[in-house]
Amino acid sequence: MITLYPLKEFQHPIIAECINPEVFQGKTIQEIGALKIWEGNKQKKLEELFKIEKDETDNLTITIRGNISKVRRIGTGMENGEIIIHGDAGMHLGEEMKGGKITVHGNVGSWAGSMMKGGTIEIHGNASDYLGAPYRGSSEGMRGGKIVVYGNVGNETGAHMRKGIIKIYGSAGQFAGFRMRKGTIYIQKDAGNRVGACMTGGKIIVGGFLESVLPTFTIEGTKGKVKIEEGEKATGPFYLFIGDHAEKGNGKIYVSKEKNPHLSCYEKFL
Amino acid sequence: MELLIRNGFVYDPINGVNGEKMDIAVKDGKIVEKVNENKAREIDASGMIVMPGGVDIHCHIAGSEVNTGRLLRPEDHFRDFERKTSITRSGVGYSIPSTFTTGYRYARMGYTTIMNPSMPPLEAKHTHEELNDTPMVDKATYPLLGDWWFVLEYLKNASIEECARYVAWMIASTKGYAIKIVNPGGLEAWGFGHNVASLDDQVPYFGITPREIVRGLCKVNKLLNLPHTIHVHTNNLGKPGNYKTAIETMRCVEDLAAENKPAIHITHCQFCAFKGDDWRTLESGAEDIANYVNAHSHVTMDMGQVIFTDTTTMTADGPFQYTLYELSGNKWVNHDVETETSAGIVPFRYRRKSYVHAVQWSIGLELALLIKDSWKIFMTTDHPNGGPFIAYPKIIAWLMSKKAREATLEKISSKARSRSLLPSIDRELSFYEIATMTRAGQAKALGLKGKGHLGVGADADIAIYDVNPETVDPSRKYKRVRRAFKRAAYTIKGGKVVVENGEIVQSVKGATMWLDVQTSEPVKISDDMKRRFREYWTVEYENYPVTEHYLEISHPIKVKASV
Repeated sequence: MITLYPLKEFQHPIIAECINPEVFQGKTIQEIGALKIWEGNKQKKLEELFKIEKDETDNLTITIRGNISKVRRIGTGMENGEIIIHGDAGMHLGEEMKGGKITVHGNVGSWAGSMMKGGTIEIHGNASDYLGAPYRGSSEGMRGGKIVVYGNVGNETGAHMRKGIIKIYGSAGQFAGFRMRKGTIYIQKDAGNRVGACMTGGKIIVGGFLESVLPTFTIEGTKGKVKIEEGEKATGPFYLFIGDHAEKGNGKIYVSKEKNPHLSCYEKFL
Repeated sequence: MELLIRNGFVYDPINGVNGEKMDIAVKDGKIVEKVNENKAREIDASGMIVMPGGVDIHCHIAGSEVNTGRLLRPEDHFRDFERKTSITRSGVGYSIPSTFTTGYRYARMGYTTIMNPSMPPLEAKHTHEELNDTPMVDKATYPLLGDWWFVLEYLKNASIEECARYVAWMIASTKGYAIKIVNPGGLEAWGFGHNVASLDDQVPYFGITPREIVRGLCKVNKLLNLPHTIHVHTNNLGKPGNYKTAIETMRCVEDLAAENKPAIHITHCQFCAFKGDDWRTLESGAEDIANYVNAHSHVTMDMGQVIFTDTTTMTADGPFQYTLYELSGNKWVNHDVETETSAGIVPFRYRRKSYVHAVQWSIGLELALLIKDSWKIFMTTDHPNGGPFIAYPKIIAWLMSKKAREATLEKISSKARSRSLLPSIDRELSFYEIATMTRAGQAKALGLKGKGHLGVGADADIAIYDVNPETVDPSRKYKRVRRAFKRAAYTIKGGKVVVENGEIVQSVKGATMWLDVQTSEPVKISDDMKRRFREYWTVEYENYPVTEHYLEISHPIKVKASV
């Protein structure tokens, strides 16, 4: 196992694509320390910014202890191994990851799990905007894998999602599942407005309060239980909405009946 | 500064030099008979190919349309970026690179002259600002004139000479180089939410037909003695069955051609060589077009080759871009430029396994191989519509090697493979023909006297590629050829060595060429014209023209018109 400790409170953004179990694997502590990393516009060595400790037990695990909220792109493209972060992590955590696991005991910045294809990201704090969403302008969203957040998330969670699952045990901001095509987003608590805007497929489950459903969705019925993933179900009852008809979509939004009495006006259309 | 390029295999089609070993002497930015051998810097080109600097007749590299494309596509930038060095600036972009990067990338491939083919006259200032910022290459731009209200009005009244004077004024005012026509009549119709479907459809309000526009501007082109022909993007572009429209467009100016000189340039011909009734029955119309072009001498064209990659389509053809948006469901931009033209942008990915895309790929190469005379067809990707220009080395490999084509055929949609004509074509182009298609032919078609050749007096724009034609058989070792053309061993621009081993060693600015068309009687700037500017445009007449001081390095080419 390799443990990294930030040597100072970082002032500038740090681009740390090299913090990746596969990159570290098979390297001596000197070689790891010599890996290139960008601090602002200056190229540095990893050892100039982090204290590195290594024990011989498990080579595919990296633990980071300390506040690294300015450190971006940790675990980019990783395929296996594990990264455990005790503290806050920066933007683009696990971007394009294909496998392995990242656990954060703290909050993360925007674009966590952006464009990911596989693997798991577990966040015990809050996540910021664009969780699992693609880079700005791109429509190639999440294609697999799993993101679990125990806190709240920001806006545009799972935008352009094509596959995989995002589970949020807190609340979500606006535009959750924007333009999603497939996959599942589960929001245990409240969701911001415009859930599923422009979605063409997939499933969004809102267990808490939702102020309104977009007018381009139609009510389909009510459901008692909804499957989140293999072996996990959300108990309702839920209203089921289909849309977004503005995009000729066939996505499903399940909204808790109990928490949203104001949506009962839809029942007359059933 | 003097240069002496020693012992290279020289390919200079304009002067008929086919791979002869010879020395090229350069002095003060020009090619000369000889230089002082003691003083000149010597470049050892033994075992290498020496060609004139590349010329690109059609690539969208500057202007409001390109820039909107850049804004539309941040995702195009973040994977492809270049860091600043002590010589070059930083830049981003894969299919729509930023201006400086565009210049550097062209120079690395040995290109020294490029033509920006679609400039709405209203956006001329923006275009020239970006061209000023495109280093390493000489450049020019074509104003879009096919749907300009003045042109339509004078053609409606059949006053060709008056039309010619206004076109001359417009070319000089926008510092343009040639008459660009995009979907003649269709863009004006698009203002009303329609399009034209054939050369004989009526344009709303003006009541003239695309045929009259093409013929009219072809006559104007001749009256003004412009060095290039009319540069035409045909009607029905990108629609199945449009090869007929393309042939019809070429045929409609047949009688206007004189002395076997070209009278029309059909641009990105791949996009208008579709046979079939719909996308499912799409087939290649390359054979029909090639047969026509082989039998006639008044046409030149460029390929518009498709590359399997993620790119951005942008044309002035608003209705076509709308169709493309409907097909792809991608984000898009559409724009109506006041009285002049329209524009559209849609990001697009060409996929090997898509039947339509694979057929398009095949059509481009079929055209280039079936048209026997390489002075008639030039290599382009219609950057960025068919793919980014950095893919040119790939196309060279496909054209020079059947094996390279077969390697790609293996990977494409099987339905497209079984219908492609490529397996039946054995032709493999030589370096001489490649030099024709990538520089000499293009320079000749553009009427650029000092470009595209290495004769005494020509501009010293030279590309040297590290591939030995005596030992490397491009048919078998196409990857070696591809590598060589990707990174020029040397690029010499205006007598200065700017690239060595594929790396920029010196950054130079290029000139902007434009036509100073001199009519015997200048256009009357009447109160009526000013009134029309006030009523139709958001820009007043006084602020409209691009003055010469706007161009960083201005290179006016004087043309004496016969009107």
